[in-house]
Amino acid sequence: MIQTLFGSTEEKPSFLKRMKEAVTRTRESLSERIEDVVAFRKEIDRETLDDLEATLLSADLGTATTATVLQALREKVDRKQVANVDELKRVLKEELLAILNSTNERPVQKVDGEPEVILVVGVNGTGKTTSIGKLTHLLRAQGKTVLLAAADTFRAAAIEQLEIWGDRTGAEVIKNKPGGDPAAVLFDALQAAKARKTDYVIVDTAGRLHTKTSLMAELEKMRRTAQRFSATAPHETLLVMDATTGQNGLQQARLFTQSAGVTGIVLTKLDGTAKGGVVVAICKELGLPVRYVGVGEKAGDLLPFNSQDFVNSLFD
Amino acid sequence: MFENLTDKLQRAFKNLRGQGTLTEENIGEALKEIRMALLEADVNFKVVKELIDHIREKAVGQEVLTALSPAEHVVKIVRDELINVLGKDTAKLKFSSQPPTIVLMAGLQGSGKTTTSGKLANWLKQGGHRPMLVSVDVYRPAAREQLKVVANAINAKIYEGKVEESNTATVERLVKEARREAINNACDVLIVDTAGRLHIDEQLMDEMQSLKKILNPQEILFVADSMTGQDAVRSADEFHKKLTLTGVILTKMDGDARGGAALSIRNVTGQPIKFIGVGEKYDALEPFHPDRIVGRILGMGDILSLIEKAESKLDKSKSEEFARKAMSSDGFSLEDFRGQLRQVKKLGSLQSIIGMMPKIGPFANMQQAADKVDDKQLNRVEAIINSMTSHEREHHEIINGSRRKRIARGSGTTVQEVNHLLRQYAQMRKMFKSMSKPSFARRMAGMKMPGM
Ligand SMILES: Nc1nc2c(ncn2[C@@H]2O[C@H](COP(=O)(O)OP(=O)(O)OP(=O)(O)O)[C@@H](O)[C@H]2O)c(=O)[nH]1
Ligand SMILES: [Mg+2]
Repeated sequence: MIQTLFGSTEEKPSFLKRMKEAVTRTRESLSERIEDVVAFRKEIDRETLDDLEATLLSADLGTATTATVLQALREKVDRKQVANVDELKRVLKEELLAILNSTNERPVQKVDGEPEVILVVGVNGTGKTTSIGKLTHLLRAQGKTVLLAAADTFRAAAIEQLEIWGDRTGAEVIKNKPGGDPAAVLFDALQAAKARKTDYVIVDTAGRLHTKTSLMAELEKMRRTAQRFSATAPHETLLVMDATTGQNGLQQARLFTQSAGVTGIVLTKLDGTAKGGVVVAICKELGLPVRYVGVGEKAGDLLPFNSQDFVNSLFD
Repeated sequence: MFENLTDKLQRAFKNLRGQGTLTEENIGEALKEIRMALLEADVNFKVVKELIDHIREKAVGQEVLTALSPAEHVVKIVRDELINVLGKDTAKLKFSSQPPTIVLMAGLQGSGKTTTSGKLANWLKQGGHRPMLVSVDVYRPAAREQLKVVANAINAKIYEGKVEESNTATVERLVKEARREAINNACDVLIVDTAGRLHIDEQLMDEMQSLKKILNPQEILFVADSMTGQDAVRSADEFHKKLTLTGVILTKMDGDARGGAALSIRNVTGQPIKFIGVGEKYDALEPFHPDRIVGRILGMGDILSLIEKAESKLDKSKSEEFARKAMSSDGFSLEDFRGQLRQVKKLGSLQSIIGMMPKIGPFANMQQAADKVDDKQLNRVEAIINSMTSHEREHHEIINGSRRKRIARGSGTTVQEVNHLLRQYAQMRKMFKSMSKPSFARRMAGMKMPGM
């Protein structure tokens, strides 16, 4: 009431505009900024550390990981182990590499004569089906035989999409009708692969939000189906994550790991401008390695993950 | 477990009892926590910085509402600010006076354009429209089949057309054919589902611009994933620069992403968020409510609902009516005053109301004065007014000695108390009336609120 009497809570019209300008101002790359810093002063100061913080945050590393990394860096600076800004940058990269390289790499324990089973999971639209197409392309180029299981029986035309990738890469697709039980499709595919002595079975699953417990239970069921077939299957469970994903990626990784036993990550859409830094947080917390990165929509656009390149790209 | 934000904020303010004014120092901690909350929610870090600076400017000097704790009060400021940035609900589409109205869907790969196109068609159908769908995603395998399945599922018309080559020429031909088809079928809206594309893909962004030129769409909707992180500002900005978007649809809101991208996108495009997608079913499309997403972004549902409770008790329109009247040449009556008193009681205390006043001039000491007021006194004041006739309430000047005696008896108070109230009422009424004049502040020194 009385507030309205004085009614001067009016917005300065310039605020939103000012904010927009600040946000869209073309970001100088960190290297440029570091060069600037080097040119003017050799010493590492608060501002440099703030710049580094901004770089890490804007790459989606998240506040916790950023704080940990910067804390380690600060300690080294305090102990005078880092003398200049060049070294600072090198040490920071080392910190990040250490996290990315400290993952639980687990050798595939597959039985000879049985196919290696790769289960592909993730939230909607991250690039599961496309990544499967690319991975198949990669394996086919190595002379391997691949069988695709169309276990996304839910999304409209998901089966057709996988079939097109099967055609492109020379892999047979095992399917059922839309709306069917995905575990049944998996079972059929595993049997077919065994009979044909196929090297790989790659399973496309429907995109699902990690918060939907019934859909996550469906993944557990698929795992059990695979396990009944071969005790060590699925030999790999890949979580496909979109590089534009923010901090929710961590929760995705947690819950998909809980239900589906994720063993590695495929980070897609790195051909855009997003950095995918949330995988650093995921590596740190869950020890999940990044296996591949997607850099486009063509069959050849899947690369094995290289932590050095990845870390460098954070600073471009 | 992490300490929840509410506790952190409360701790940040543990020293702010009694004094009740927000200062640069005592809100520092809280703003740090709020900054973290915003960053964790994926609000772009530059947006966060600007927001925090702005909120600090706004908060410093404010008096804390006693209905709220200092922490809650700061959150209230933050909430109001975020709602301000996000804008109002706008689950509306612009329709062309010359049908078909054309809605062009745009966005990155995998953001949810096809499903959302279906949902939008479904929503339009329910509103009595006759939408037609067309997919010009000639690139992604089975994309066009996907939209066809969607159209069948919701029983909407779709223009399929033929695709021999996957290129822009085909895309351009398809939309022209689709528009003709929509007219022939008396469809009043044409929804054009496009291929997902990167904002830095020049060729495909050119294609989008060409579609815009051909179709002259009423709506160009940017479909964005609510899980998007810091990059949201880049993609949204590029799409907006190239296409001049008219609105945003935020998808996958049925998950647990905090949705800070909404703030980033809204901020760089300035365009309203029109809908949110909340599920895979075709009816899972809802109007966007800024207040709800703000709670989600801040992750402080508990505090926010408390604030809301306090606010809903305060009937805004009544208060505004009172303010208008108080400042008019007629001034406010005792009847109006009683209405306000009842509001004060609803909010909990007189201090709450005083706390909402800006701390300028003579108001600066009001909080202290109000602290001395016992809420029981307010009950007595109300009892006095209750004992008046409605004529007396509207015309205080007729209340002479005998009327005063009657009123005191009726309300179980004393004549002195009645006198005191009337004196203060007259003073206050005069003060409010003069408030619209610039020099009111000077004349207010020494003024007292009735009941004190
Ligand atoms: N630019 C780019 N686009 C990609 C990449 N990987 C996938 N996409 C695109 O992302 C969109 C979604 O890919 P899909 O493979 O259908 O994703 P999905 O996870 O199978 O989706 P659902 O099954 O619907 O959950 C398609 O348009 C793909 O072409 C990538 O690395 N870069
Ligand atoms: Mg798929």
